Amino acid sequence: MRSLIDILELSTEEINELISIAVDIIDNPGAYSEKCRGKKLATLFFEPSTRTRLSFEAAMYELGGNVIGFSEASGSSVAKGESVSDTVRAVSCYADIIVMRHPKEGAPLVASMKSISPVINAGDGGHNHPTQTLTDLLTISREKGRLSNMTVGFCGDLKFGRTVHSLISAMSRYDGIKFVLISPDELQIPEYMKQNVLDKIGLEYIETKDIGAVMPTLDILYMTRVQRERFFNEADYVRLKDSYILTPDKLKNAKKDMCVMHPLPRVNEISVAVDDDPRACYFKQVSYGKYIRMALILKLLEVV
Amino acid sequence: MIIDEITNGIVLDHISAGMCMEIYRILHLERLECSVAIIKNVSSRKMGKKDIIKVADMFDLDLDVLGYIDPNITVNIIKDGKLFEKRKLALPDEVRNVIACKNPRCITSTEQELPQIFRLTDRENRIYRCVYCESRAKDK
Repeated sequence: MRSLIDILELSTEEINELISIAVDIIDNPGAYSEKCRGKKLATLFFEPSTRTRLSFEAAMYELGGNVIGFSEASGSSVAKGESVSDTVRAVSCYADIIVMRHPKEGAPLVASMKSISPVINAGDGGHNHPTQTLTDLLTISREKGRLSNMTVGFCGDLKFGRTVHSLISAMSRYDGIKFVLISPDELQIPEYMKQNVLDKIGLEYIETKDIGAVMPTLDILYMTRVQRERFFNEADYVRLKDSYILTPDKLKNAKKDMCVMHPLPRVNEISVAVDDDPRACYFKQVSYGKYIRMALILKLLEVV
Repeated sequence: MIIDEITNGIVLDHISAGMCMEIYRILHLERLECSVAIIKNVSSRKMGKKDIIKVADMFDLDLDVLGYIDPNITVNIIKDGKLFEKRKLALPDEVRNVIACKNPRCITSTEQELPQIFRLTDRENRIYRCVYCESRAKDK
């Protein structure tokens, strides 16, 4: 039995296999509609989420399985003061597989140590979000036809943006990847990411505040939201929230086949006018998210 | 100042000056019934000043913890009044319940019964990180 807590627990071969399964599901959905008949997925969401939770629920239903769970901590025994360890130990007696989102970093790891069922980390604070990364990798693979030899720009909140950290860690293992990190000084990528990933492997990357100057070099532009819930201080949030807004005008200098991605939800960092641009991939990303989660559930439940 | 030679026990030598009380605390030497000598600011040719701890009995010494605190400490095992063994220390791959994670977003900040586990992620620069949130251990 395995869990998925950090994307780096998966080898590139395993990631490629998950992508292959997801692509097969897209092509032959009927072949998978009964694969999880009689299995239960528990969604333990200690922090609000619409997209990720619904994506997992839709994934399990499309595999013929059932879903139990809660969508906020106040609706669970946590409100009575129960620990993550105890909650998970109990839930793993009912569910075949557990999906957990928690505001505290490391909570899903604690869960995986105590659970008798596989645990999937659906986001732990600003730390990791491996299934978003799998979604992003499937999106890049489908839209660009490869996962190597490209320049990937990340823009916005690179400090607290867990999707950014996970995707950088995952993509750094492919050949010929360059990163362009675009953010205000206060939201730069954390020191541990530089030290443990970028500098450790000797990857090529630049840090800049000027999105316009680097736009023509990018094959992927990964936009992020400045997240209010990650700030201890409201004034800092207000000052930084509008640092970068992507508009059709800013895209004029971009490559014709560049891919604009966003983990969603967006607030205003991508103008709605960009949605009709063929380079906008963020709604396709949502749909890929369900398929890669289906592949992951199948793999962890060992039914493929 | 005269401190008796020990017949059977452990001498921790070459402790950086000023660190002996922290080592005393972390190794829980206060729990021992035997004589324990803490000698501070001893002149040392190699170090200028050093601390020494002498324990007049054998006890279960956690070399990993000691290696984390200072891998340059020398551990001398004394048997029948003679030096029986000199043990070398190394940075341990993992330390449990020695360092506490300071990250307020870490799960250990709210669930305090969890073991505090730090792993060595960069041996050259002696960097340990929390296994839960990957925050770096603050320098001692």
